Amino acid sequence: MSINATPTGTDIAVEKTERQATVPVQRGGRRRKAPLSENKKAERRLGWLLCAPAALVMVAVTAYPILYSVWLSLQRYDLRFPDQREFIGLENYVTVLTNEFWWTAFGVTALITVVTVAVELVLGMGLAIIMHRTLVGRGLVRTAALIPYGIVTVVAAFSWRYAWTPGTGYLADLFSDGAPLTERASSLAIIMFAEIWKTTPFMALLLMAGLALVPEDLLKAASTDGATAWQKFTKVMLPVMKPAILVALLFRTLDAFRVFDNIFVLTAGGNETSSVSMLAYNNLIRGLNLGIGSTMSVLIFITVAIIAFVFVKLFGTAAPGSDDSERR
Amino acid sequence: MAVETTTRAKLRWGLLDVLVVVFALVPVLWIASLSFKTPATLTDGKFIPREWTLDNYKTIFDTDQFVRALINSIGIALIATLIAVVLGAMAAYAISRLDFPGKRLLVGVSLLIAMFPQVSLVSPLFEIERQLKIFDTWPGLILPYITFALPLAIYTLSAFFKQIPWDLEKAAKMDGATQAQAFRRVIAPLAAPGLFTTAILVFIFCWNDFLFAISLTSTERSRTVPAALSFFTGASQFEDPAGAICAAAVVITVPIILFVLFFQRRIVSGLTSGAVKG
Repeated sequence: MSINATPTGTDIAVEKTERQATVPVQRGGRRRKAPLSENKKAERRLGWLLCAPAALVMVAVTAYPILYSVWLSLQRYDLRFPDQREFIGLENYVTVLTNEFWWTAFGVTALITVVTVAVELVLGMGLAIIMHRTLVGRGLVRTAALIPYGIVTVVAAFSWRYAWTPGTGYLADLFSDGAPLTERASSLAIIMFAEIWKTTPFMALLLMAGLALVPEDLLKAASTDGATAWQKFTKVMLPVMKPAILVALLFRTLDAFRVFDNIFVLTAGGNETSSVSMLAYNNLIRGLNLGIGSTMSVLIFITVAIIAFVFVKLFGTAAPGSDDSERR
Repeated sequence: MAVETTTRAKLRWGLLDVLVVVFALVPVLWIASLSFKTPATLTDGKFIPREWTLDNYKTIFDTDQFVRALINSIGIALIATLIAVVLGAMAAYAISRLDFPGKRLLVGVSLLIAMFPQVSLVSPLFEIERQLKIFDTWPGLILPYITFALPLAIYTLSAFFKQIPWDLEKAAKMDGATQAQAFRRVIAPLAAPGLFTTAILVFIFCWNDFLFAISLTSTERSRTVPAALSFFTGASQFEDPAGAICAAAVVITVPIILFVLFFQRRIVSGLTSGAVKG
């Protein structure tokens, strides 16, 4: 503990409270409320200093652009006709929200989100139990399951595309009448299948983290009491895993809502299989219409915010971040 | 599910294992198979090539288009990973060790960014980067990658940092080290495995990105492989690029498979520890 070179009266007082406050720290290892000492101030400064770069980058690359996006969405701004740029209020929003392509894409995105997340929850739970419980080859299963997680989505998408291409693919014959990627229903089914293949392992890993929390004793006790495997699953495992399940659902739902790569490669949005991300991308980069593209971006952002809000409401105390003070 | 190590139980699990492994590997093997097929047999629909060839690999490594994209991919992913892990480690250290106001805000913000729809940033970043003259450059991609990798890095690293024996830090401080020295000399070496795991996860994320890669680039100057794949045309415009695309796909899949093979335990622990923490 350093002592000030020119101690004044107040400094000594500070020094004293600090010394008193630090004594319990040595034993308990946890700091409790104490008047702000030099140490404490230094700790705060260091904390801010260490977090500042990360916080600055994150805010600069997201908060500012999203506000800029709102500003762009209020303008008529087409890069092909830059002279016609002007402020038009909410007109872009009216244009987008009365456009049937937008609602088709929204429906497609919602369908993909709901179906894939639901299927992934079931498959992911199965995979999590296999990875957690299997008696043979646990390392092998975990390694294999990580491949879909790690592989570049575009690569997997190309694999599926060629698999379903008539003539080239080994799966194309499953549909008797020719090219499945040229029809809407089968295209959507293939897109969802590709998504599920790619992200089930991630879901399973999140669920496995929850599985590890289920106390072995509890399962044994349930067995002794004559519970069936299903009863153990629903009455013992599920309640313990609830927070992990909700976290997994939240992350996957928001991730599924962003679906883009698979659609881009598999159908390029043809036959009304565009997701909202795909539509926004097309308006922006292909159409160079920054006004409309930004409007869609803002609408997608709002939708995601609503989904996140609903989830966090459902979470209650299980929400990630709500009990950080205790965990960190 | 009591512990029953009978042969039948083993067989049942073994069967499930095989199912998972096959399901996970088939698409990868398929694209590898296509990459080894000759143009004549490319469209024969057979899962295993009848004639093997390395021509597709020769083709892509002979073209600037792919080699340049591969350099871009490696360079951009490595730089973004390095910066994200350093910044993430600083923040994670502060979050897991120090007491300061605004800590929960930072955790909340990074959670929000983890859930942020990337497409919402495409239009403003496109416009901002054009004005800043970093559109279609490495920094133009590295910046958004760092941003979206940071939440992942911060969460995973603070989970790892919690498991470090902090008494050592206290001991170092008693011996006269400052907080910063204690971090650099004592904690950083202990944290190395966690940093490494986080680096792998962040690298996979950057390596994987497609949306930013096609939106914020316009030429070979900074286009990464996933983006370049979708622009492949084959040697001549009449040639089917499928063989070349598959060969390129295999090349960028190899590092991922190596990571998974060698660091399976680390990746699983990294992902699950981050998950339990939120």
